[in-house]
Amino acid sequence: MSANGLPVTASSGGRSRAAGLVALGAAVAATAALSLAVGAKQLPPSTVLDALLHLDRGDPDHLIVVELRVPRTLIGLLAGAALGLAGAMVQGLTRNPLADPGILGVNAGAALAVVLAISVLGVHDLSGYVWFGFAGAAAAVTLVYGIGSLGRDGAAPLKITLAGAALTAALGSLTTAVLLTDTMSFDQFRFWQVGGLAGREATVVAQAAPFLVAAMALALCCGRALNALALGDDMARAWGRNVTATRAVCGLAIVLLAGGATALAGPIAFVGLAVPHLARSVTGPDHRWLLPYSMLLGPLLLLAADIAGRLVARPGEIQAGIVTAVLGAPVLVALARRRKAAAP
Amino acid sequence: MTCAPPDAVRSVARARGRGAARVRAVSAALALAVLAMFTLSLCVGDYPIGLGDLIASLTARGTPAVDYVVHRLRLPRAELAVLVGVAFGLAGTIFQQVVRNPLASPDVIGVASGASVGAIALIALAGVSGPPLAAGALAGALLTAAAIYLLAWRRGVTGHRLALVGVGVAAGLNGVVSFFLTRTDVKVAAEGLLWLTGSLYGRADHVAPLAAAMAVLVPAAFLLGRSLRALQLGDDSARGLGVDAERRRRALLLVAVALTGAATAAAGPVAFVAFVSGPIAARLTRGAPGLLPAALVGALVTVTADFAAQHLIPGAQVTVGVVTGAVGAPYLLWLLAVADRGGRRR
Repeated sequence: MSANGLPVTASSGGRSRAAGLVALGAAVAATAALSLAVGAKQLPPSTVLDALLHLDRGDPDHLIVVELRVPRTLIGLLAGAALGLAGAMVQGLTRNPLADPGILGVNAGAALAVVLAISVLGVHDLSGYVWFGFAGAAAAVTLVYGIGSLGRDGAAPLKITLAGAALTAALGSLTTAVLLTDTMSFDQFRFWQVGGLAGREATVVAQAAPFLVAAMALALCCGRALNALALGDDMARAWGRNVTATRAVCGLAIVLLAGGATALAGPIAFVGLAVPHLARSVTGPDHRWLLPYSMLLGPLLLLAADIAGRLVARPGEIQAGIVTAVLGAPVLVALARRRKAAAP
Repeated sequence: MTCAPPDAVRSVARARGRGAARVRAVSAALALAVLAMFTLSLCVGDYPIGLGDLIASLTARGTPAVDYVVHRLRLPRAELAVLVGVAFGLAGTIFQQVVRNPLASPDVIGVASGASVGAIALIALAGVSGPPLAAGALAGALLTAAAIYLLAWRRGVTGHRLALVGVGVAAGLNGVVSFFLTRTDVKVAAEGLLWLTGSLYGRADHVAPLAAAMAVLVPAAFLLGRSLRALQLGDDSARGLGVDAERRRRALLLVAVALTGAATAAAGPVAFVAFVSGPIAARLTRGAPGLLPAALVGALVTVTADFAAQHLIPGAQVTVGVVTGAVGAPYLLWLLAVADRGGRRR
């Protein structure tokens, strides 16, 4: 037993899990490279490499790589990692395998803020939605946490879960009310709503990246704390954990991660739901491994879906949000059928 | 139990009696509230009708003008609201209790998504509107439910696996709905959104089929619902109590899916009624699992939401599905916020 009373991972298991992590990292890197190389316009790999190393602003092919493919690949990496991590943390925190960041009101809050930005303030481009999305998501999670923490026993998982779902319902009603009365706004909103990586500017990535990276670092430190919470509040307290403080720190990380990802890529619900299950089937319930695995599986799934979306409908494309859900669903179903699909 | 001291037996019996009395009191209050809202929605409108005129009309002694407004316009809509509400309330709470997860209402685990895909595909691909949409939605719901059950089957179905498979299927189907919404002309997409929101406007033809279906399904739900308490203890305990867990679960889910499908076919996937009814009822009755309070909460939420949708914003008629989330959800949030204050458990 280690100092905090949790069983130490057997070293051989630890080594194979570490090897898996390295392999996963390599797979993410390969997918990112593929994401730079593949697109509506076929460019030879040498041109792509050239554009990255010796950028010639006069060459349209170079501009395609630097202005379009690099930002969307970065968004895929950042948003995927953030959603994977946030999903694993939410499922651990609420002890509910059906939970995803959306269950804390992230998507509903972001959606309402974006709809109001379009309808009331007349914001018209995807980059303009980013901060509204982030503000809406952060406000929603804060409200869910606030409501869930009222009362005697603090932020109990069931109360947070129900409060999140109820707030999602209430905000969703308002969003639909605006959309049904304002067809013009609906026309813009429906493309943001499906979630995608294309059409965002590089400056947006640069603005959001510091938040997301800081939040990822914070999240990766929460592994032990989440392990303790998984035993139940009383047990966690008995091990000397401050349950309320732990929940608050995890909540902060989730707000930054899910809010940032939703702001960047729109409400991509499925990654946060499925990735922790995928990761758990490899790592088991130990959050110290589950979190890094989820952080790498998220971008892998999101980028692969984005690449597939570019290939199947050439020269057009299908948004990553749609592809992740349609291709990812069979994976989740297959996973659920396996015996080892453990509950968080 | 023969060796238990008599006071213990008596105190257990007293506690149970209190629970049952509370369920009865809550149900009676809810039924009165539903009746009040139902009457209100028949009386209030551009053509106000007094209570006397309303009773005269309902007992076939009314004037033609009042008869027209009551029987043609308002009564079918109010009846449909109650029927849809009861159906969603029952279906939601059955799902939540069988799967033992408060998130597992039929709109979360895929059944409503199946209905949506059925209807949206017809709207987007074939330009269908009206009654055939109901058939498409019903077919979508039933096919999806069957697919989820078969996919979750592995020498029996556990709640955990069923929920996870359902959520996966729902995500995939919602992706398909999004695909249709982004690939079509904005007018077609707006029509799709309207159906997806759920509406009780101009659905008078749907009252009779839904009522017929529910005449069978509601008694079945209440009969089967008696084994819910045993199922909640877990499969092994249920078996110990002489309940064939798998068969009961299948029957309960079948009834819940049929209720969802029939109600969705009539009014569209009215959002959140199925999800909020069970938790609200559980909090009102202090945790006693019962189907009747949940069904009545569903009816109350839907009738109130439809009333608000018609009259809240003067001049603008919004559809019921827009308001259900705004009516039921804040109430649940309030219940959550005030619960446990007085030291009592949920």
